Amino acid sequence: MSSDATAPVSRPKTTGLHVGDARPGVPKVDPIIVADGVRRQFGGLTAVDVEHVEIPRGAITALIGPNGAGKTTFFNLLTGFDKPNEGTWSFDGKSLSGVPAFRVARLGLVRTFQLTKALGLLTVLENMKLGATGQRGERFWSSFLPFAWRRQDAEIEAKARELLVKFKLDAKAPDFAASLSGGQRKLLEMARALMSEPKLVMLDEPMAGVNPALTQSLLDHILDLKDQGMTVLFVEHDMHMVRHIADWVIVMAEGRVVAEGPPDTVMKEQAVIDAYLGAHQDVDLGVVTGRVAGEHTTAEAELLEEIEVAADVEEGEA
Amino acid sequence: MDILQILSNTLAQILSPTTIGFVLAAIGLAVHFGFTGLLNMGVAGFMAVGAYGFAISILTFGLPWWLAALIGIGAAVVFALILGIPTLRLRGDYLSIVTIAAAEVVRLLFLTTAFKDVTGSADGLSGFHTGFRASNPLPQFSGNAGFGPWSYSRDQWWVIIIGVAVVIVTVLFVWALMRSPWGRVIKGIREDEDAVRALGKNVFSFKMQALVVGGVIIALGGIVTAMGTNVNPNVYVTSQTFYIWTALLLGGAATIFGPVLGAVLFWVVRAFLSNLLPALVNIGALPFLSGEQAQMLVFVLIGIALMLLVIFRPQGILGNRKELTFVK
Repeated sequence: MSSDATAPVSRPKTTGLHVGDARPGVPKVDPIIVADGVRRQFGGLTAVDVEHVEIPRGAITALIGPNGAGKTTFFNLLTGFDKPNEGTWSFDGKSLSGVPAFRVARLGLVRTFQLTKALGLLTVLENMKLGATGQRGERFWSSFLPFAWRRQDAEIEAKARELLVKFKLDAKAPDFAASLSGGQRKLLEMARALMSEPKLVMLDEPMAGVNPALTQSLLDHILDLKDQGMTVLFVEHDMHMVRHIADWVIVMAEGRVVAEGPPDTVMKEQAVIDAYLGAHQDVDLGVVTGRVAGEHTTAEAELLEEIEVAADVEEGEA
Repeated sequence: MDILQILSNTLAQILSPTTIGFVLAAIGLAVHFGFTGLLNMGVAGFMAVGAYGFAISILTFGLPWWLAALIGIGAAVVFALILGIPTLRLRGDYLSIVTIAAAEVVRLLFLTTAFKDVTGSADGLSGFHTGFRASNPLPQFSGNAGFGPWSYSRDQWWVIIIGVAVVIVTVLFVWALMRSPWGRVIKGIREDEDAVRALGKNVFSFKMQALVVGGVIIALGGIVTAMGTNVNPNVYVTSQTFYIWTALLLGGAATIFGPVLGAVLFWVVRAFLSNLLPALVNIGALPFLSGEQAQMLVFVLIGIALMLLVIFRPQGILGNRKELTFVK
């Protein structure tokens, strides 16, 4: 924690993003993504059923919700990695329905993955260079003509090295990406996404499996994206992080958007607490199970009763 | 037992049209599997398409040999497109299932008597070499010429010259491709296609290009083989595909020279064993085997070699040691 030891400067949140009261589907002053009636079913299960949602431009938006709420599926739908049963959505005024993933990325909407996808047997530098779009040398016939792409390739490499320095991966440039640690891979994936100079960066659980020392630098990188004029949409389970950096929070549960608002207010809403933390979030499970000494308050007694009833029902069925 | 004769036969195998055809097929498979990660199990099918395209163009349509070779290449492009369009959007294993089946379909189409006039059915095709041999610029000589074990007839030398030239051009071609940004995308697709897609690359198009390029190189292998020998459907069986896989894995899948070295070594070892084992049987060193069984034992040993190779040195002879550390 050498360079991260200094207390982080708290940066001002972007406010005044919405028009009217903060409620699910509230219109934004300047939306970058507008989704309407997006529904995705897997067999009988409706994974995503979003009536209307707008993502504000130039801000950091967090998409939160319990496991299975459909956050990642919604991510996949927005980026063209999955196709919805119905619905329309647009990015920067251009409709994205039916647009394949690679073309979505070229429009300036890049994403990272929940399970990091570092290209293991490519070097860190090659990983970075792959991120640049519009490379002449990637066309089949011009790949035989080095004079057609060498200069552009050198420019891309310079930019890649610059970003690697910023993400403190420059010493790793010649190594295989497979040799990086989990946290470094997260950094590499984010840095690689930035090579294409995106307008909107979508991060799927950027903090999952990252140690606290690295968390701080990752947070700063995300805040930097906003400073550089990019819009960020991220899925995250770490509530401290959401509170710390998000300007706007969208809460999903069972495929729907159940609440929206600035982080401080939205997290106090009963619907969010119930959906995200469970109705018994203030109960100490250790006390309920008797492993930890403590007094049974009414809440704990209620939960214990519920568990016993459920157990009886199960026994009855067996 | 004439050990010198055995060694001479073995070394002569290095420049045989069959070996050169194998080298090309292994390079093509390296483009498919080693660099792009496409599991092509229909190598023999691509070779057959090239070889038959070449022979049929000459015999049935009376075209000059160089045009026939181009048609063989064109047939491989069409074959690759037919295989690729339905399967490349799916997961990698589907391509392997489809290619292995397609290769068998191709072989059976050439084998069936329904098209005997064109394909020659089980007899295969022969007698299409006249035009190719007539274009031989080498000075006339009778009998064999050469040095040491590499003594061939004038016709054979012409095949060898063309074949080696094609190998050299192909190696340069693949090297130029793989060091370019195009090659970088291709290798990225091998590692994780979704990640490459998320970076704005049209993965389907790149995979299709790689399938066509590799398929053309494999078909060139079939064409060069056909220039030297007859075309017979019994050559293009599934085990041929596995021999080429063995050759590729032996040399190193994701390398430029690996498939060349692997294919040559494969044939040298195979020629050495199929000369040595029957000779050993003849002098009574292997009393438990008949001469015919000794020939079969060669293939048993090749199978065991492939297994040992994949288990103990999956990156091949020329593969990067560093890569082995991260083999999944």
